[in-house]
Amino acid sequence: MNSSLMQNGLALEHYVMLSTALFAIGVMGVLFRRNAIIIFMCIELMLNAVNLLLVAFATFHGDTAGQVFVFFIMAVAAAEVAVGLAILTVLYNKLKTTDIDILSKLKW
Amino acid sequence: MTLYAFYFLSFLAVLGALMVVFSRSPVTSVIFLVMTFFTIACHYMLLNAQFLAAVHVIVYAGAIMVLFLYVIMLLNLNEAVEQQKTLLLKIAAIGTGGLFMIVLSAAMRTAETTYLDTTVAGSARSLGKVLLNEYLLPFEAVSLLLLAAMTGAIMLARPRKQKPAAKDVGALAPEPQSKVEQTESVAHEQ
Repeated sequence: MNSSLMQNGLALEHYVMLSTALFAIGVMGVLFRRNAIIIFMCIELMLNAVNLLLVAFATFHGDTAGQVFVFFIMAVAAAEVAVGLAILTVLYNKLKTTDIDILSKLKW
Repeated sequence: MTLYAFYFLSFLAVLGALMVVFSRSPVTSVIFLVMTFFTIACHYMLLNAQFLAAVHVIVYAGAIMVLFLYVIMLLNLNEAVEQQKTLLLKIAAIGTGGLFMIVLSAAMRTAETTYLDTTVAGSARSLGKVLLNEYLLPFEAVSLLLLAAMTGAIMLARPRKQKPAAKDVGALAPEPQSKVEQTESVAHEQ
């Protein structure tokens, strides 16, 4: 048990609950909003919830590998945001909107 | 002391996340998302992962959120009035998020969490040793991924010749006068 953290009464369950809350808020935001950029931000929020949980597990289990995974997830998130925002920019130039209820050509 | 810091930071993080979802203008959402990211960086500090905290601030608050702000301001989205979903869909979204949280927390509540006796060091030195010894191949693969993403973003966003594309664009969206008409025309097409 990680003594320095556990002495303060801070348990792994605290971080599990916080990450769950952040992830659920992200899911809710994706369903709630129609602006594609806000939906992107909510996806970032979900990625960060997972990152936080990975770091918490890495610390409480005494394994650095979790932090390395977080490092990789950050790189993948950066790549995803770059490509996603480029796609959104192109779509906006063509259709003059980022509303996902209008950008539904691929849905049916 | 650490517990109070945790509760304070968690409160700020959840508040910021909720404001991202519920604020009206995209720029306000970005600002609150930056606040959430800073609180998560503080959580990393609390978890003894100093290097990741620094990287998190640099990559997320420094690079990704600036990218978001650039796109929002370039597209001038802040002035456009966003169409809202119907009340039924909003209630459904909130219900889905709440139920999702209940299910996740119920599943994780009884999960067995075993603790080891070692302490992890989150400094750049220890993380770099692991990263460049055991995870060297994924590290190089990530560099290729970033290169591919950069090339893809440039290819997507570069201005292209109008001649062959004009017909396709016309078929996709028949140049509407206002956003409301555009919505209707797309609805008719479907």
